[in-house]
Amino acid sequence: MSFWTNVLIVLHVVVALGIIGLVLLQHGKGADMGSGFGAGASASLFGATGSANFLSRTTAVLATVFFLTSLALAYFATHRPKSSGGVIDAVKTELKMPGLKVQLQPVTSSNRIPLMQNGTIDLECGSTTNSVERQKQVSFGPTYFVINVTAAVKKSSGINSLAELNGKTISTTSGTTSVPLLKKYEKTQNVQVKEIYGKDHAESFLLVADDRAAAFVMDDILLAGQIANSRNPSDYRILPESLREEPYSMMLRKDDPQFKALVDRAVGGVMKSGEIERIYAKWFTSSIPPKGINLNFPMTPPIREAFKNPNDKGV
Amino acid sequence: MDPSIFLEQVPDGDGPWWRMLAAGLEWTLIVAALAWIAAFVLGSVIGVARTTDRAWLVRLGNGYVELFRNIPLIVQFFVWFFVVPGVIPPVKRWVVSVDPLTFQLVTSVVCLGLFTAARLAEQVRAGIQSLARGQRDAGYALGLSQVQTYRYVLLPMAYRIIIPPLTSELMNLIKNTAVAYSIGLTELFFRTREMGEMTFRYFEAFGAATVIYAAIAFASNRLMALLERRVAVPGYIGAGK
Repeated sequence: MSFWTNVLIVLHVVVALGIIGLVLLQHGKGADMGSGFGAGASASLFGATGSANFLSRTTAVLATVFFLTSLALAYFATHRPKSSGGVIDAVKTELKMPGLKVQLQPVTSSNRIPLMQNGTIDLECGSTTNSVERQKQVSFGPTYFVINVTAAVKKSSGINSLAELNGKTISTTSGTTSVPLLKKYEKTQNVQVKEIYGKDHAESFLLVADDRAAAFVMDDILLAGQIANSRNPSDYRILPESLREEPYSMMLRKDDPQFKALVDRAVGGVMKSGEIERIYAKWFTSSIPPKGINLNFPMTPPIREAFKNPNDKGV
Repeated sequence: MDPSIFLEQVPDGDGPWWRMLAAGLEWTLIVAALAWIAAFVLGSVIGVARTTDRAWLVRLGNGYVELFRNIPLIVQFFVWFFVVPGVIPPVKRWVVSVDPLTFQLVTSVVCLGLFTAARLAEQVRAGIQSLARGQRDAGYALGLSQVQTYRYVLLPMAYRIIIPPLTSELMNLIKNTAVAYSIGLTELFFRTREMGEMTFRYFEAFGAATVIYAAIAFASNRLMALLERRVAVPGYIGAGK
């Protein structure tokens, strides 16, 4: 819906500019006043539609399109679809502003910080790890998920523990917190692995699916997501060990205590009221439309603990 | 902006961030240099093939240029890195046996080399065809074979004429190495992103990358301009000022 609105806006602007250009290109009827009484101008003076050439026809078409896009935009502006989410509703109730407009902006892991720093987004809800290093740049809301950094392997590989990955090729996604963790694991456990980086989780997983890497080291919930989306989910398993436990939190700009207090109250409220149980069940233990994929990821004790005592401690 | 970040240590890494970026720059330059050599050799061969009087050679060269010029570079990287080993079993066996870094380097050089070769072939063809028809005829009239005509008459002039567009190709190639991040080669852009993700200091990281890329592209530009002046033939374009 919002996609088509955007397309419409772009079309609207392009058509408007087109009309401006075309109108400026054409001679106004009045501009020919002097020659109008001279020789050879009688056709355009007295002819009805004789002078309808390419330019004026295009102008007419564009004017019609402009007319239609104006109507459509006016329609969409008044019939905005309501977004609903437990947290967003809670914020509206908290602020006593039921009409509060919420604009959803998709982000990637590389543009989320710049977009937050330049004020395009106020709150980022995603798989962002709350780390002490990052807290120097941004603030975090209450922890809403706790993951373990671990590895996904093919069942056929016969690998049962992280230690067995010694000497193997391991894929991981560049820029994630798993990269330094893997390096640290190598140093402290005295194992040697060959790292290969995917630019996103799908590519890192593809390397394992393709037998190019023995394991994919990443957050367990993201591994579960990749496995659930794969062709044969039963071919893979997630190792029970953990390199580190990491909290996911909403990210918001630093040095805005009022906004942070609001986020803490709203998100904490959803957790305390038990609303979170319903939201969790909907997304992690039932099938998710449109493909009907079920992540089968029941609440772990650390997650339960985070919901019971909302906190924003980083790792 | 706080440049002191470059002196901070990489978490669990070896050394400060500036050294991390320097290590990335090293890979960028290695890939660019190897790919340029590959592109220059292959591009020259194909460019020459497209100007010979053998119809099948011309068609083969045209086909190559169209194929590689019409596919986005990042798609080509994906194809070489994921699809080729996936469909050709011997390649897959080799890929699994070697260090991933080796394969990333080979993929980057092959991919960038073939891509840039297509563009160079177009420049070389244009350079040869811009020469007066009489030059070729003069070569044949002197009793030179086609190979000798190219070697002693056409190519020496053609290469001089196309030095300016070659300069842009070299600069493009250096900048295109950034796409190799998509297959996980730890070149400059990869390191820049990594630094941004880990420290969340995107402005500093990308600021540094911008300056470094601009500097090496500018340096290669000056180098080619120097070459252009050194080999100039008076009275021809490409002679500089």
